[in-house]
Amino acid sequence: MSEVIVITSGKGGVGKTTTTANLGVGLAIRGKKVVLIDTDTGLRNLDLLLGLERRIVYTLVDVVQKRVNYGQALVRHKKYTNLFLLPTSQVADKTAIEPEQMLELVEAMKSEFDYILIDCPAGIEQGYETAVIGADWAIVVTNPEISAVRDADKIIGRLQAANKEIKLIVNRIRPQMVKDGTMLDMTAIDDILSLECIGQVPDDDKVVDSANRGVPVVESKDSAAGDAYRDIVGRVCGEDIPFKELAPESFWQRLKHVFKR
Amino acid sequence: MFDSLLKLFGGKSESSSEKAHKRLKFVLIHDRANVSPEVMEHIKNDIIKVISNYMEIDKQAMEISLENDADAVALVANIPVNRMRPVSGRKH
Repeated sequence: MSEVIVITSGKGGVGKTTTTANLGVGLAIRGKKVVLIDTDTGLRNLDLLLGLERRIVYTLVDVVQKRVNYGQALVRHKKYTNLFLLPTSQVADKTAIEPEQMLELVEAMKSEFDYILIDCPAGIEQGYETAVIGADWAIVVTNPEISAVRDADKIIGRLQAANKEIKLIVNRIRPQMVKDGTMLDMTAIDDILSLECIGQVPDDDKVVDSANRGVPVVESKDSAAGDAYRDIVGRVCGEDIPFKELAPESFWQRLKHVFKR
Repeated sequence: MFDSLLKLFGGKSESSSEKAHKRLKFVLIHDRANVSPEVMEHIKNDIIKVISNYMEIDKQAMEISLENDADAVALVANIPVNRMRPVSGRKH
């Protein structure tokens, strides 16, 4: 049984592509056969986060315009050989792919993959419809900031109108600020958006560090964000994983970080 | 500054996350209900017209808003009354 999940957000820069890359690698580590489709045509980044940017030959645009088969455009991950990327074009724009073409492609890929993850562009204009049309359900990524939560609600309204089931990921939580009462926590955002949350990811320097290397943080065992992503992967697979309380860094942890630098 | 002074003396002040929570709940109801500020202004003026037949109200201080109560959206009006109009003065 294949599952098609679109990762979307409303506001840009909240961590959609990071989430897609981490879920993809996390599912692949569990032995699932996964394809990640980047639909952010003209502003592609999923290739960079996965360290696959130098191996792209054909793109999603070539595939939907029937110049090549999707198999020819897929980039296979060297370390996780059951993980594939279908990159999009960096030169075309979002009008290059019609929603119907995308639907046809996703339907064709279903027989081959356990999970098809679609990285959606930000916003509700061009490209949104194309990314969402083939999805069974949606993950909405937001940050604990008022503008990101409001924009998430806009996308949620659109997804609900299209009868898509939605789950929420709150990214870049800073536990110390939550403790001080200066940042919204997951429960508050759940309440505001009336949605089920499948993950809260703490703000973690390792996310940037691992993006620099093209190795998603879900692989690193000593990262709070990596832990959170592994839990989310488990929940996506249908496991009942309790939420861990995000603890602010202790004095000793902070001291350790200072000496590491 | 005032907030931290209040905290110092044990007074309760609302944290910024609580404020964000309230503001978002308010703004999302309006976003979702798709009621334009213009329509809200019309509703407000119509309410003023009706109530003014019976009471003298403080039009400046009056507030109406949409609020979320459990799963229902309610129109909540806060209308300060200056005084009742005499019965004979009421228009029918």
